[in-house]
Amino acid sequence: MIRLDNVTKDYPRNAGALNGLSFELRKGEFCFLTGHSGAGKSTILKLIHMVERPTSGEVRVSGYSSTNIRSRDIALLRRKIGYVFQDFRLLQDRTAAENVAFALEVTGARQTVIRSKVGRLLSHVGLAAKAEKLPMELSGGEQQRVVIARALAHDPLVLLADEPTGNLDERATDGIFDMFRSINAAGTAILFATHNLDLVRRNPSIRLVELAHGEIIHDSAREHGADVRTS
Amino acid sequence: MYALREAATAFRRAPVLTGLSAAMIALSLFVIGLFGLAAHNVRQALENVESRVEVVAYLRDDAPEASIQAAQEDIARFREVSAVRFISREEAFAVARREFDELGSIFGSLEVNPLPASLEISLHQGQADASVIRGVASRIGDMPIVEEVQFGEDWVDKVYVLRRIAGLAMLTLGLGFAAVAALIIGAAIRMAVFARKDEIVIMRLVGATDAFIRRPFVIEGMITGLIGAVLAVLGTWGVFRLLSNSVMELTWIPAAWLLAGVAAGTVVGLLASMVAVRRHLGEIV
Repeated sequence: MIRLDNVTKDYPRNAGALNGLSFELRKGEFCFLTGHSGAGKSTILKLIHMVERPTSGEVRVSGYSSTNIRSRDIALLRRKIGYVFQDFRLLQDRTAAENVAFALEVTGARQTVIRSKVGRLLSHVGLAAKAEKLPMELSGGEQQRVVIARALAHDPLVLLADEPTGNLDERATDGIFDMFRSINAAGTAILFATHNLDLVRRNPSIRLVELAHGEIIHDSAREHGADVRTS
Repeated sequence: MYALREAATAFRRAPVLTGLSAAMIALSLFVIGLFGLAAHNVRQALENVESRVEVVAYLRDDAPEASIQAAQEDIARFREVSAVRFISREEAFAVARREFDELGSIFGSLEVNPLPASLEISLHQGQADASVIRGVASRIGDMPIVEEVQFGEDWVDKVYVLRRIAGLAMLTLGLGFAAVAALIIGAAIRMAVFARKDEIVIMRLVGATDAFIRRPFVIEGMITGLIGAVLAVLGTWGVFRLLSNSVMELTWIPAAWLLAGVAAGTVVGLLASMVAVRRHLGEIV
């Protein structure tokens, strides 16, 4: 479903650059992406979301290729990808319900569809009672739940999560992580970039891909869980 | 629907900014409106002068009546000519005595009539420009029974030049102010785009197309242009009433000109916002 083939991405100061990296995420898979800051985790997410294009190599997502995708198709592709950020990125002047509705409105959904879907999504993330609250009236964990509800608005094939628990305390982290597990159990693939090694260690059954200097240095899915250090 | 609502919201969110850009556009178009009012009235005055331009062909004293009759019919068939009137020598003499009363004693002592017979030729409206009049005069002057042709050559040339200058000034001023209005709308849209930066980032994130993102801004620019144009019409109307009541009688601008002005304001708003939003959306990642 998602495939990076020999992808190199150059940046002027090299932070976050990728160096001939190949990676595949299958349908319905859950995968941790770890590594130090600047190792290239966010770059991989941006390439999959087609915010960035590779300097060389190819990124393929759900039938679209980075080599020839058109601007309009990028918008359509993004409806198949949910994105969750560490800093939430909610519109501060809109309620939780309006933030979720916004994702549907801007893709031309009808009001009746939007109303029923927003209610369902907020219930799914346990925030039905706080639908009319502004982001500033919600805790960090609750804001992240709104972001997840927004990311699920288009029933995506995959959720890209960029340090989604980075700003949360341990209890909120566990709650959010459980939510990702249940979303994954329903069939949505998840690529979960994180610094939280404790979270990774507590979930050994989940595939782990570790990056350093723009290369994969460990992928638990590779044969016998062997180390695939390339340097 | 979403685009219209967002455009309306933009007016509510930044009423000062949008009000200011509508006012600036109104001011630009108001100046064009004033000039339009002046140009229209000057044009009317010139047309009035033009309609009075006549070609007068003085006939030879020995011209036979049959030839005069034939020439009169011939000239009446000219495409540019609306009427031909024969003025006999006697009629000319009577008119001269009536119109130049102070010379009555001179006319009274004359034993012979010194005035020639003539043909007075009127032209159709809109056919009274210099080249047409010269063409008609020259064709009539070539007729053997015609002694001399007069048509107020100096006047015709002046009217023609005045019209050209008025038309050119209006075009230049119109283009100049349209450019100013476009720049103002462009700047307002730029501010609106950056004021909504967070929304635009999220719209892209969740899969809105660029065309969808652009639409509210383009509608906003178009409405700003429209409001500015309507305000300019109202302002011009105010000045028209004021001048008509106190200084001189004026004619109001034709409806077609007004419609064209309002349409131009709207189109300038539309185009300026399209260009601005396309340019500034690219700066938001």
